[in-house]
Amino acid sequence: MQSILCFFFPATMTVVIGFEGSANKIGVGIIRDGEVLSNPRRTYITPPGQGFMPSDTARHHRAVILTVLKEALEEAGLKPADIDCVAYTKGPGMGAPLVTVAIVARTVAQLWGKPLLGVNHCIGHIEMGRLITKASNPTVLYVSGGNTQVIAYSERRYRIFGETIDIAVGNCLDRFARVIKISNDPSPGYNIEQMAKTGTQYVELPYTVKGMDVSFSGILSYIEEAANKMLSSGQCTAADLCFSLQETVFAMLVEITERAMAHCSSQEVLIVGGVGCNLRLQEMMGVMCEERGAKLFATDDRFCIDNGAMIAQAGWEMFQSGQVTELEDSWITQRYRTDEVEVTWRD
Amino acid sequence: MAGQTTLSRFVGKADLVKQGAEGRVYRAQFLGKPTIVKERFRKRYRHPVLDEKLTHRRTVQEVRSILRCRRAGISAPVVYFVDYTSHCIFMEEIAGSSTVRDHIVSTQQANSCKELELQQLAERIGRILAKMHDEDVIHGDLTTSNMLLRCSSQDTESDLVLIDFGLSYISSLPEDKGVDLYVLEKAFLSSHPNTNVLFEKLLQSYTKSSKKSPAVIKKLDEVRLRGRKRSMVG
Repeated sequence: MQSILCFFFPATMTVVIGFEGSANKIGVGIIRDGEVLSNPRRTYITPPGQGFMPSDTARHHRAVILTVLKEALEEAGLKPADIDCVAYTKGPGMGAPLVTVAIVARTVAQLWGKPLLGVNHCIGHIEMGRLITKASNPTVLYVSGGNTQVIAYSERRYRIFGETIDIAVGNCLDRFARVIKISNDPSPGYNIEQMAKTGTQYVELPYTVKGMDVSFSGILSYIEEAANKMLSSGQCTAADLCFSLQETVFAMLVEITERAMAHCSSQEVLIVGGVGCNLRLQEMMGVMCEERGAKLFATDDRFCIDNGAMIAQAGWEMFQSGQVTELEDSWITQRYRTDEVEVTWRD
Repeated sequence: MAGQTTLSRFVGKADLVKQGAEGRVYRAQFLGKPTIVKERFRKRYRHPVLDEKLTHRRTVQEVRSILRCRRAGISAPVVYFVDYTSHCIFMEEIAGSSTVRDHIVSTQQANSCKELELQQLAERIGRILAKMHDEDVIHGDLTTSNMLLRCSSQDTESDLVLIDFGLSYISSLPEDKGVDLYVLEKAFLSSHPNTNVLFEKLLQSYTKSSKKSPAVIKKLDEVRLRGRKRSMVG
């Protein structure tokens, strides 16, 4: 096996460029054998009280993607000829932004004469987290605006042990931010985190854990209904609500992660996804790990939040294991579950 | 207060079996009986108010649901003693038991023609869950780790014992029962890859065993399609 691989991949280094734009971030990253050479990114920020719509987000991505691509190459000090493979996000995500990014990836792959590789976005997060933290076989909590999953690897798949049965935790936080008009710059979650630091009063909210699954829609409906009433009557402050919401939803996430760890007898946790850079979540997870004698791995906003390098890294792993995506198969899909991907690069 | 110290001294002398997600589990002798003590200790990552509320509620719910199941003839550990101050439940140790999870894994590894035996086990699980749901008990955390097989005498089949009722509650809504089965389906298929046929058997026997099953299965189908990133056709 080893000798066959060496035949296809001689001892030179493999360089993969990754394109990511499944939501409101657009990023291009370059990875050379586990080293991040460049990873520039732009974020589409909407006014307070508004979310990002697919068509507007795609328009934003179209306007900046070539600039970001040029930055990525310049920062890495590479020419297109140095690239071995072009990876892009195949899904899951918003249709219009995904299409935009896939078109650019397909075009440069043909211009440069390089193979293409469609990557599952969630797998990108997991592989980037593993690369940066060196966690070997962790239970993964993947938390972002579109996803909430507890994942563990077994028999060639990242298997989903627990997940949200309705909306994602990041979506719950974002939509709460819209209700009380918190700024989306740099992100609603970041601003909630900062405001929560000055919150003192704990407001009781619904707490919904179902085995290893969670539900956030009830909490959101409750707080949407109650927030403005409680604020105008002076019953609590906006900071108190941010604090209470974080304490409640993060406790739920830590609980299902712990349950999955107990179920799988795992002693490592890796947090990935945009919500994963929240320091309060990391702190709570750290306390849980300490109580169990387990180890926590987390990354900061450069790699937690959607970026190009994560797509490049997952692409690198796939490419090394012999995968490529033919041009006619280089479509995108809004629905693409983590456990649909056969993991050909792990034992 | 004196009771409290006696209790903590008792737990201090007991052997720690494992630290589950809900709390610590000890093995001890209580009034001469082999006993499992489940202690829901304070989770420091949680806000104290939330922690106290959850811990108290779950201790109460666990005991209540166990009693309700046992009254209906569903095997669950006998509760000997409960302390609501330290959130400790003293219950019967299910001697000589193994989890259904370990049983399935080892049977699959043995690789002999035990497929039929596993199917019979799946059907038995389906029947018992149907009975539990007919009693309006929602388990809340159905996994193959939370079901034990107690080996009894040679000729009779082993007894299936449900444990870990901490997330349980009482409800007659098909929605809650559907979600209960959905939670099991996810845990089952992620813990035991390529067992779709086995789970299908479980659901078939659940459907046959309960009069109220059509509404529950309909909800289960609905819940499966809920949420984001589900694979769908069209």
